[in-house]
Amino acid sequence: MLQNLKILVLAKQVPDTRNVGKDAMTPEGTVNRAALPAIFNPEDLNALEAALRLKDRVAGSTVHILTMGPQRAADIIRDAMFRGADGGYLLSGREFAGSDTLATSYALSCALRKISPDVIFAGRQAIDGDTAQVGPQVAEKLGLPQVTYAEEIVEIKENALIIKRRLEHGVETVECPLPAVITVNGSAAECRPRNAKRVMKYKGALAGSEIAAAPESPAAQRAAAKSYLQIVEWAPADVDPDPAQLGLQGSPTKVKKIENVVFAAKEAKRLTAADEEINSLMVELIASHTLG
Amino acid sequence: MHTEMNNVFVYIEMEGGKVADVSLELLTKGRELASTLGVKLEAVALGHNLAGLEKELAKYGADTVWVADDELFEPFRTLPHTSVMCGLIEQEKPQIALFGATPVGRDFAPRVSSALHSGLTADCTQLEIGDHKDAKSGKEYKDLLYQIRPAFGGNIIATIVNPDHRPQMATVREGVMRKEYAAQPGKGEVKTIDWKKFVKDTDLVVKIVDRQIEERKIDIKGASIIVAGGYGMGSKENFKLVHDLADVLGAEVGASRAAVDAGFTDHARQVGQTGVTVRPKLYIACGISGQIQHTAGMDQSSMVISINTDPEAPINKIADYAITGDVNEIIPKMIKYYKQNSK
Repeated sequence: MLQNLKILVLAKQVPDTRNVGKDAMTPEGTVNRAALPAIFNPEDLNALEAALRLKDRVAGSTVHILTMGPQRAADIIRDAMFRGADGGYLLSGREFAGSDTLATSYALSCALRKISPDVIFAGRQAIDGDTAQVGPQVAEKLGLPQVTYAEEIVEIKENALIIKRRLEHGVETVECPLPAVITVNGSAAECRPRNAKRVMKYKGALAGSEIAAAPESPAAQRAAAKSYLQIVEWAPADVDPDPAQLGLQGSPTKVKKIENVVFAAKEAKRLTAADEEINSLMVELIASHTLG
Repeated sequence: MHTEMNNVFVYIEMEGGKVADVSLELLTKGRELASTLGVKLEAVALGHNLAGLEKELAKYGADTVWVADDELFEPFRTLPHTSVMCGLIEQEKPQIALFGATPVGRDFAPRVSSALHSGLTADCTQLEIGDHKDAKSGKEYKDLLYQIRPAFGGNIIATIVNPDHRPQMATVREGVMRKEYAAQPGKGEVKTIDWKKFVKDTDLVVKIVDRQIEERKIDIKGASIIVAGGYGMGSKENFKLVHDLADVLGAEVGASRAAVDAGFTDHARQVGQTGVTVRPKLYIACGISGQIQHTAGMDQSSMVISINTDPEAPINKIADYAITGDVNEIIPKMIKYYKQNSK
């Protein structure tokens, strides 16, 4: 029987792109994340649920989150712990700034080599870039097979998973040996809500730099005393990377130009809701054979 | 790192024995890019029973058709495709490689880029050739691929370049580029990929247990009239008004991302950068503000009517008719007067 799986979820804290203000971009053309509300990337929550369900079915398993981002990205690790995760890793440092998808997957793959999980889940894509690249790129860097657009784990076999995945025109069921990278589709099961008892237990969880920022505070002392309240925080040097492959300099793609969206001017015919205006519009559309 | 005279690759995706539309669209664009650069356009097809394929691809301008024909490649599996594409790219050293932003392209193109350490830009809406000067080093580059895409929820348009790594890779969604026979057909010369030297035993570890083809029930791409609802429809219940108008007009129902995210309707109806691209003769946008993320998928409609409470809504900039007012009042009136005036 398969047991004691070390399950890891790649998650990202993303700016809520539905609420973008004018100050959202830096002059270099990268995103000024500090100016935006930050949320748990929606499909990463589907991935977390898939991980927690696997944990529920395989005795002795654990679920941890790995995220790369600034200190405040520890929020999504805490959120995941409230929902059932056992803990997490925060990969943080200025050296990672300006990473494209390839530099991001390189950094994550360095951290994953240290963790060496049995199963890696990730959301299909993040709403700030919509690229869906990081999951497959991480899999390639680690030399692991991948299953994308996963909807459900239908069967757990000795060292393999049977997974249903969503295609454009149907569904496919595949058998994938472990370890593997599985990216989870938004059509998969929604994430379970935060659990009140877990919120009470884990709300004091802190990342290393959060403890170091105010070591004398009661919150920091509590977290320092209890290992389950400690979120592992790694700087670049902790994951033994090739520095040339990190951040802006490790990114093959460069932003050449950013344009704010300006719509081409074209005069619209202005109408109101008045009956005669709607009536004459419909008459016009019918007469021109646009309608009917 | 790269030598000159390198060609343009287009990955050819097969869909039920036929070449996917997106691949023909990419060949059309690839032909234009290759001609600008003065290099060859090369199609790369991995699949099974591909004999004769080159005739069609030549019409779209393919000079060369690279073929790996074996049941190993059909249905698609990530690892064999990745290994063969990586092997061929290392052998032929194209300067550009284009993939459809389909489930297949989005599955294996990132792996190829990761293995080759070349950049990959997702979901481009424009591809052009142009020069580039690195702001920091001052180094100048000739004839790079400008990979242009909306980013960040569609609030900006970013031009991405890949100065130092090859190939320059990009994905493009279906329907974004035009599909057109080349003015001068290509030679369509078939070259067999020596794929056995690229595929490893470990590429076969993932096994397909079962496949169920279900045609997507909702398909708004071919509709000649689309009535689309946005977040401004207010609720899932109220979104029914959009269906009511569409039913009367014989139209399909579309939606903005905000309406889909809010759960008003299915993702299959989403129009825009992360949904489908449509070109109906009439597009009626109800309560849609008109972020570029949305308009990128519908701005080639022959006629656009917008209904919005905000007279300054961006959608009005591309609308032919901008009706200012409440959808709850205007949609029923449109239904009423359409019925009255059509026999």
